[in-house]
Amino acid sequence: MTDILTAIFSTIGALAILFASIGILRMPDFYLRLSVTVKASTLGVGLLLICAAFTFSDVSVTTKAMAIIFFLILTAPVAAHMIGKTAYHTGVAIWKGTIIDELKDFYEKKAPDGDENPEQQP
Amino acid sequence: MKHFLMNLLLSFIWVALTGSLYYSNFLFGYLMGFFILWIMNRQEADRRYFNRVPKTIGFIFYFLYEMIAANVQVAYDVITPKYFFKPGIIRYPLEATTDIEINLLSTMISMTPGTLILDISEDKKSLFIHVMYLRDRDRFIQQIKKGFEHKLLEILR
Repeated sequence: MTDILTAIFSTIGALAILFASIGILRMPDFYLRLSVTVKASTLGVGLLLICAAFTFSDVSVTTKAMAIIFFLILTAPVAAHMIGKTAYHTGVAIWKGTIIDELKDFYEKKAPDGDENPEQQP
Repeated sequence: MKHFLMNLLLSFIWVALTGSLYYSNFLFGYLMGFFILWIMNRQEADRRYFNRVPKTIGFIFYFLYEMIAANVQVAYDVITPKYFFKPGIIRYPLEATTDIEINLLSTMISMTPGTLILDISEDKKSLFIHVMYLRDRDRFIQQIKKGFEHKLLEILR
């Protein structure tokens, strides 16, 4: 039973990481790459850690695996958000197929008010 | 919060009494403690904890389902030669007000494949989400509101 579960989960996890890396190669612009990579790799690493917890059915290993998954889920979106925000601020181009961009209107509306100190933004 | 701590204490007592430190045993003790507290607090006024726990478990499973479904969609798009996506950056009006609510909501949205938080306005009223499959803007906003935000706020408030 444990072997079957480990096999299924590790296959799905490895496939998720594989699709994420193919996604880096194939996506047309930076934001789509970021969007594909962060989630799929988090899911893949999470599934592989669950496999480790199943295989070594030991409290210490399970605790560590759960802690790693918890911190991964806690930190990966923050990292993706910061990378995406920085890319948008430094003017990385958006793919030409993008339908709407409401963030651009937001910054343009804000710019005439005099937002002189972008460093002070949190 | 008080009920949660009491429940944890009861499950630790269960684990100590049975003497086998496994997660399954801990979970069983937690369920027993929940049941005992539920019976003992039937007449009390503050019963929020007993509604929250089932809702939280349901929400976790719902979130896992959403995450896997979206992952399958993105993976299908990655390995087939044609692009199906229509990306767009939209403004999402927030109902969540405090920091912890916004944090949890944006973590959920970011963890679902196909959506990525790009920015949050300074008055904490709106999020800017990069969406991969944007068929209809208003329908997408409704979907997130009904699917994630209302359920999350129900648990947290």
